[in-house]
Amino acid sequence: MSAHNEIYSLTVNGELHQIHDAWIGENLLYVLRERLGLLGSKGACEQGECGSCTVIMDGAAVCSCLVMAATALDADILTIEGLRSDDALTDVQEAFISEGGVQCGFCTPGLIVAISHLLDNNPSPSELEVKEAISGNICRCTGYGRIFAAVQTAAVTRRGAKS
Amino acid sequence: MTVAIPTTLTEALVALQTMPDALFLAGGSDLMVEINFNRRKPIDVIALRRVSELKTWFLSVDGKSLTIGAGVPYSAMEKGEIADLFPALAQAARTVGSPQIRAVGTLGGNLGTCSPAGDGLPILSALDAMVHLQSLDGRRALSFHDFMLGVKRNARSPLELITGVTIPLLSGWQGYAKVGVRNAMVIAVASACLAVDTKGRTIRLALGAVGPTIIRCRESEIWLAGEHDVSSVTPVSSNLAKQFGERAAAEAKPIDDHRSTAVYRRHAISILATRLLQRAFPS
Repeated sequence: MSAHNEIYSLTVNGELHQIHDAWIGENLLYVLRERLGLLGSKGACEQGECGSCTVIMDGAAVCSCLVMAATALDADILTIEGLRSDDALTDVQEAFISEGGVQCGFCTPGLIVAISHLLDNNPSPSELEVKEAISGNICRCTGYGRIFAAVQTAAVTRRGAKS
Repeated sequence: MTVAIPTTLTEALVALQTMPDALFLAGGSDLMVEINFNRRKPIDVIALRRVSELKTWFLSVDGKSLTIGAGVPYSAMEKGEIADLFPALAQAARTVGSPQIRAVGTLGGNLGTCSPAGDGLPILSALDAMVHLQSLDGRRALSFHDFMLGVKRNARSPLELITGVTIPLLSGWQGYAKVGVRNAMVIAVASACLAVDTKGRTIRLALGAVGPTIIRCRESEIWLAGEHDVSSVTPVSSNLAKQFGERAAAEAKPIDDHRSTAVYRRHAISILATRLLQRAFPS
């Protein structure tokens, strides 16, 4: 199978999208934002350092800026927009608001995707596990304290919802 | 530009034969950065993410070595079977970038890029790993020491694909230590892997980011084996550990660059080697 400067398809948030007339070397972040209009994932460093473009691809949190979009034909891609199918906020988003984990907001979507992925796989993360899970997401406003608080609040809410 | 997305090794090799100038794309954490910044405009790319043969690992029939596919991500080495067999590799894997980078970064990518700062490489050197290369004409295995030739230079020929590594299992302590500007998301300023082979009564020390290739400290290894029974659990004296560190630093060939200075790197190696030896033979 190969892709040229033609048409390829991506499955984003459960929907199949056709990408037309794109340069084949474009990264997934660019395609999400500029071709699919999904502006939630942010682009800052474009070298995998900042995590603001984090998406879930086939069950792993990855930097979408480091994925060549045309190679992700069969992948299941989940972005910040797809964390919930309705327009309501997720438990992690609610916790960011209640704990004041958002300042300028640029890093927030990437952090929320990374934290949602953490809590999906580890409902009761330790402080160290939280720090490691978001070690690839840089925030230059908050100093992280309120973000750590938001993770624990979301974890408690989620455990409460399950019991 | 064409992107080939093979699903088998053979398809990948056929694609390489039809597009001999193609670049292999493994996890993307090196190549995509170059493409994003317009440092590289590939004509053709062969993406390896769907080649499942590269994503497996298995023990040899005699149980003496483990073969790890070139496409196994570092996240699979942090814990589980690979981590249990090679603690040093698990430690190195845990220092690669961030969770997002470890989910995609591979040993094959480290070998293909062949940066002296690649975190997986000191492990392959210390453990005397073999690197597997395959083309449509056949396959060959090269010692890691013969594979890495210099900064971003290796012995892969243009029509070959790096398919994996075979690492002999050792009995004895092993560990990896690294100095960078911080803990997370950092490229090594200096790194070291120490592995004890209690059966062979040898100790191996490999240094990263302090020379054009990974450096094996053969002289320090032989010196230490003469000073200390490495098949025992006898603690090393702090004086001996310090001397070992100084000898290792003398074998390093560091340079000044944008990440650090030669003087600091040499100092860091003496500390890392001392610490690793003390961890291997604690009092």
